[in-house]
Amino acid sequence: MKIFVCVKQVPDTSGKVAVNDNGTLDRSSMATIVNPDDMNAMEAALSLKDETNCQVIAVTMGPAPAEAMLRELIAMGADEGILISSREFGGSDTFATSQIIAAAINHAGFGKDDLIFCGRQAIDGDTAQVGPQIAEKLDIPQVTYAAEIEKKEEVLVIKRMLEDGYMMVEVQTPCLITCIKELNMLRYMTLKGITECYEKPVHVMDYECLKDEPLIEIDTIGLKGSPTNIFKSFTPPQKGSGIMLAGTVRDTAEELVNRLLKAHLI
Amino acid sequence: MNFNSADIGAFKDIWVFCEQRDGKLMDTNFELISEARKLADERSVQVVGLLLGDNAKHMAKQLGGYGADQVIVCEAPELKHYTTDAYTKVICDVVMEKKPEVFLIGASHIGRDLGPRCAARLHTGLTADCTHLDIDMNHYVEFLENTSNLDLSKMKLDMDDTNLKMTRPAFGGHLMATIICPRFRPCMSTVRPGVLKKGAYSETKAGACRIEAYPVLLSPGDLRTTVLEIVKETRKQVDLIGAEVIVSVGRGIGRDVEKGIELAENLAKAFGGGVVGGSRAAVDAGWLTADHQVGQTGKTVRPKIYVALGISGAIQHTAGMQDAEMIIAVNKNEATSIFDIADYGICGDLFQIVPAIIEAVQAKES
Repeated sequence: MKIFVCVKQVPDTSGKVAVNDNGTLDRSSMATIVNPDDMNAMEAALSLKDETNCQVIAVTMGPAPAEAMLRELIAMGADEGILISSREFGGSDTFATSQIIAAAINHAGFGKDDLIFCGRQAIDGDTAQVGPQIAEKLDIPQVTYAAEIEKKEEVLVIKRMLEDGYMMVEVQTPCLITCIKELNMLRYMTLKGITECYEKPVHVMDYECLKDEPLIEIDTIGLKGSPTNIFKSFTPPQKGSGIMLAGTVRDTAEELVNRLLKAHLI
Repeated sequence: MNFNSADIGAFKDIWVFCEQRDGKLMDTNFELISEARKLADERSVQVVGLLLGDNAKHMAKQLGGYGADQVIVCEAPELKHYTTDAYTKVICDVVMEKKPEVFLIGASHIGRDLGPRCAARLHTGLTADCTHLDIDMNHYVEFLENTSNLDLSKMKLDMDDTNLKMTRPAFGGHLMATIICPRFRPCMSTVRPGVLKKGAYSETKAGACRIEAYPVLLSPGDLRTTVLEIVKETRKQVDLIGAEVIVSVGRGIGRDVEKGIELAENLAKAFGGGVVGGSRAAVDAGWLTADHQVGQTGKTVRPKIYVALGISGAIQHTAGMQDAEMIIAVNKNEATSIFDIADYGICGDLFQIVPAIIEAVQAKES
């Protein structure tokens, strides 16, 4: 059994975010992190590896520097990495991205016992679309929002969260699971992992390498193969600052209440 | 079946996937049908609801009351509870035959599982978690004038454009992006619950709504997942979206979490009754359950009064509450960004200030 874990390097949007004049994100000035939910997917795969001694492969699509992230994940316990990187893949929307990642996983050899784990969604786009779309393109079932994963013989039993509770779902393998943070606690890199992470392979897959895959056609990948386009992007206007109330605690509180009464809000 | 998503001239009407759980329609459906009505009137086309379930027909008229001209009902025992495989198969079968121009899905935990799968199968685009939709360019330009920093006088716009323009926050709300899907149909969008306005219900319209039963074709090979059990949260979920007063807490209550939450509850009560919300930090720390979370990854709210206690005001949070009618912020750090969007800001210790506000309200009442 192999587990492919899809990971994405994202700008850290919890800190200060810089926006260019033309309304695009100034990525160069921002720190990058491994997308948080993807780390839960990695941890879930490593837990299954602890139990079953399966192989864990971290897969990412992105520019060359994303290799450093794959090395970190190898130091945590992944066996190898796949870096999907090519000019032809740039500008892909979720449809085209899933097409390429599905092709790469297929190229690496996706077997009938294998699994794919993803994070629920990435913090830069918040779409939660690439996981299900990879599953569709590989024609395997999916379960999203997984808070518990249990492997039985031929199936996985998943606790799948809903807004108002959860459902227990049994899913045939091979399948794709998207993971949420409630699933597990992350482990740290080990010293042994860190010293050995450069000895394990990171395979680079570019357009040349994948072009004979049935999913890869020039009109289904990259900017040209993306069904959606950005029509306009803009920064929301800052609401004007309001009034700061100052004085003693008592006076300030009274002033606020008077203003709310006057506005008929209370 | 002869289906080609690139033959865009063959597609017509505005469709809404109408999600039911346990024989009850989700509230988001009514918001989406109301919005679809608006879009359909701009295009002079019909609004069609697509309803799946075991025994679902009885819910269809209600969708008509909010503006659906027609509801297509697909009934089968396998559709009683949501599974990706069964719902995707049935929905794509109907869509491929009837070819809607626009297909809207509520961005619930189920909609966000279903939407991408359907879009990939239909070979079309999908825009996630939209907060605003337009077809008519005049309306879109008006929207940009009111909500963007763009200089529209310098822009060449094709005023006859009839693509669905789907606007959504990106990068944790730091940017807004309008997405189009010009070469394929249907244009698909998942829409954030609680953001679009539900229209008025009309008994007459409900009566006039046409209902069509559509045959379901499912074979055992189509179904690779089985629902073993559905468990409802017994604890009542907090209704943030319906609340008129929300008092939210953030990292700033960390000194005494229990007291902080109690103060928030009491303040909400003093302001006429409301509920307690929280920032991502408060939920991640385990102080509040996830149903309390306001923000980009939580809920979008627009109450009459929103109070932020000890919340710094990261865009992650403000993206979900900036449209509140009145925003009040209490924070001990003067430079924190929550004060940039607050109508009233108080810099100081919330453990002193909140009891003083509650007292002041009580003093006025007596």
